[in-house]
Amino acid sequence: MTPGKPTLTPKERMAISRVKMREQDAGARARNFKEVNQGLDEYAAMEEAKRCLDCKKRPCVAGCPVGVRIPEFIVKIAEGDLAGAAAIMREDNALPATTGRVCPQEKQCEELCIRALKGEPVAVGWLERFIADWAAAHSAPPAPPAVRTGRKVCVVGSGPGGLTAAGELARLGHDVTIFEALHAPGGVLRYGIPEFRLPKAIVDAEIANLEALGVKIECDVVVGKTVTVPELLKEFEACFVANGAGLPVFMKVPGENLKGVYSANEYLTRVNLMGAYRPDALTPIAKGPVAVVFGGGNTAMDGVRTAKRLGSSRAILAYRRSRAEMPARVEEVAHSEQEGVELMFLVAPLELLGDERGWVRAVRLERMELGEPDASGRRRPVPVKGSEFELPCDIAIVAVGTSANPLLTATCPDLKLNKWGNIEIDADGMTSIPGVFAGGDIVRGGATVILAMGDGKNAAGAIDRYLKTAPPRDEPGRP
Amino acid sequence: MFQVLSNDTLAAQVHRLVVEAPRVARARLPGQFVIVRLREGAERIPLTIADADAQRGTITLIIQAVGESTRDIVAVPAGGSIQNVAGPLGKATHIQSWGRVACVGGGVGTAVLYPLARALADAGNEVTTLIGGRSASFVILRDELAAFSKEVLVTTEDGSLGTKGFVTAVLDALIADPARRPAAVFAVGPLPMMAAVAERTKPHGIQTIVSLNPIMVDGTGMCGGCRVTVGGKSRFACVDGPEFDGHQVDYQELMARLKTYGEHSCRLEAAIREQEKEAAR
Repeated sequence: MTPGKPTLTPKERMAISRVKMREQDAGARARNFKEVNQGLDEYAAMEEAKRCLDCKKRPCVAGCPVGVRIPEFIVKIAEGDLAGAAAIMREDNALPATTGRVCPQEKQCEELCIRALKGEPVAVGWLERFIADWAAAHSAPPAPPAVRTGRKVCVVGSGPGGLTAAGELARLGHDVTIFEALHAPGGVLRYGIPEFRLPKAIVDAEIANLEALGVKIECDVVVGKTVTVPELLKEFEACFVANGAGLPVFMKVPGENLKGVYSANEYLTRVNLMGAYRPDALTPIAKGPVAVVFGGGNTAMDGVRTAKRLGSSRAILAYRRSRAEMPARVEEVAHSEQEGVELMFLVAPLELLGDERGWVRAVRLERMELGEPDASGRRRPVPVKGSEFELPCDIAIVAVGTSANPLLTATCPDLKLNKWGNIEIDADGMTSIPGVFAGGDIVRGGATVILAMGDGKNAAGAIDRYLKTAPPRDEPGRP
Repeated sequence: MFQVLSNDTLAAQVHRLVVEAPRVARARLPGQFVIVRLREGAERIPLTIADADAQRGTITLIIQAVGESTRDIVAVPAGGSIQNVAGPLGKATHIQSWGRVACVGGGVGTAVLYPLARALADAGNEVTTLIGGRSASFVILRDELAAFSKEVLVTTEDGSLGTKGFVTAVLDALIADPARRPAAVFAVGPLPMMAAVAERTKPHGIQTIVSLNPIMVDGTGMCGGCRVTVGGKSRFACVDGPEFDGHQVDYQELMARLKTYGEHSCRLEAAIREQEKEAAR
C-alpha cells in the first residue's frame, strides 16, 4: 500500500462495516491463559481506519482521559503510514498496547464517535492496540530527550498512573525514579489484570520503553515503610504519589474467613504476579468445581474468568444489581459468557457456610430487586423478602472494591486526606504538601487504568510547571 | 539483589543470615518483618527481622528450613544473594515500661521474640525469658537472650534440656509467685503454644501480646490473605499486626486458615517430622 492522500468519500467510508476482532475459540480459551483477542492484521486495520470520517468536532478525543489525537493516528493508519501513526501514539499515550486492550472504549472514545449515532463506532481501541503492537515489532525504542533539566522527581507506584507520569516527565527531560513496593513493576497491570486480557510480555515491553526514555525503577521499596514521603522530599524536588488501591473490602457477612474464600486481590495476585496458574508454580492457589465471585466490575470479571480457566466447571458471577448496572467492560462480559461463565443477577450474599474442616461449602444468597436510584444514579438493589437460597461452592472470591492504602499516608501526617483516607488534591493534582502530587486510585478510591493514566499525564504537566517556578536545588540530596 | 554476608547454623535446620539491606536496616523497629523472595519464580515469604545494624546497613534473619522456599533461602551461602527483600513491614512492637515482663518463645518463634525482648529490656523492664523446644537441639538464642534477661528458663518436651514439659507449666509457676509474677507476657511460637499461654494469663488479667504469622502474599495490605479475627473483628496481620492482644485472637480460625494449602502444608509438616527424626539421630 502506498501512502497517499485518502480518496474515499464520506459515503464510501460509511459503507464499510466494522471489522471483527479475531478471537481464540471460546471453548479452548476457557481452559488456557493465552490472550483472548488476537489483534487485527494490517489489512483489517487499514480497512477499519478508513471508516473514520475525520470529522471536525473530534468528539472521540474529548472522550479520552489522556487526550490521544485519535483521528490523526487513525488517518495515518488509513494512509498506510504506520510509522507516522505510531509516532503520534507514542507522543500522546505512554502505554498504548495496554489501553488498547483494557480501556472501556465503549464508554469513552467509541461512545462519542459520530458514527455511533448511526450504527457502530470506529474500533478505536482495536486500532490503538494494532498500532502499539506494530510499533513494538517495527520501531526502535524511544530515546531520552537530548536536553536534560537535571531536576529530580520521584514517583510512588509503578501502576498505570505512575508509569504514565514517569514517561511524561522523562520526555520533558527530568530525572525520574519510580519506587515500587512489589518485586516487579506494573502495579495492577502486573498483579491484577490476567494474562488472557493483558499478556505480561506486553507490560514488560511498555515498561522497557519507559526505561529506554531514562525512567529508573526501584522495586522492593514500600514508600511509607522503607522510606517516607518526607524523606524522599530531601532527595527529590517533586513527587507523584500513585500507590494505588489499598486494602480489599470484604462484605462483612459471616464466614468470610473460611478457607477457600479469597479477596479478588489475593486470588488474582497469586495467579498473575506469582504465576500460580502454571503447573510448576511454587505459589499455591485453591481450586474447586464451583467458584462464585461477588461483584460486577472488571475485577470480578477477571476473577470469574480466571476460576473458569483454573478448572472450575461452574464459574458463577453473583451481582446484586442487573446487567445494565455492571461496571465491567462490555467486551469482557460478552467474552465471559462465551466461555461458559454464569452471570447471576440481583442476588446478594448473606452468609458463607463452612464444612467441618473450615472450608467454604456454600453461600446463602438473597434475591434483590431494583428500587429508586441511589447516589451513584444507579437503581438501588432492595432485598426480596423470603427469597433466600443456598448455592453450593468450593471457592468464593470477593470483588466488591478496595479501601485507601494506609501505609504511605500514615507516615506523612501533613498530607490532607478525605474521610475515606484518600488523598485530597487541587485542580493540578497537587496535594496539601507543595511539590507532592497524587493521582489514580489513592485519590479516586478505585477507578480504571485510563483514568489513573489521565491523572498521571495531568500531574506530569503540573509538576513540570511547578519545577519551573521553584528554583533548582544547589545540591540535590542535601537540603 | 541483596547480598548475604554470613550464614550460620543455630540449631537443626535453623540458620542465621545477615543480609545487606541498608534502607530496611535504617527504618526497621523491633517486631517488624520483611517479605523475601529468593529468585525469579520463588514464593514471597514473610520473615521477622531478628536484628539490624543501621550503620553497617544489614539485617539479621533467623529462618527455620521447613518448606521448599525456606530450604532454598537457608542454602544461600555467604557471598550469595537474595533477589528481593521488602520492608520493614507491619507495626513495630509497642514498647513501654511494665516493670516485670515474661517473654515466651517456642521453637523458631524464639527468633521473633529476641528483638522484642531486647527492646523491652532496653526500655527498663525486668525480663524473664522462657524458651520451649521439642528437644535441646531446637532451643536457640539462649545465650543471646541471657545477655539481657534476668533469667532464662528452658523447657523441652523430651527433657533433654531444662525442665521436661511445656513452657506453660513454667509460666504458671511464675504467675503463682508474687515476687516473679509478670505484668505483661509476650509470646511467640506455634499457635497452640500462644493459645495456651493466653489461656493461662487471661484469668489473672495479665496483658498478653502474641505475634502471628499467617499466610501472606504481598505483606502490604493489598491481598488480605493474612486476615485474622481479633476481638470479633477481621484484621490484617501485615498492616494491623503482626502483634495482637493474645486474649482476643481466634486461634481456631487461624489454625484452620494455615492449613489452606492442604497438600502444601502437609508437605511442610512431613518435612518438619523428617527433620525431627534427623535431629534425634
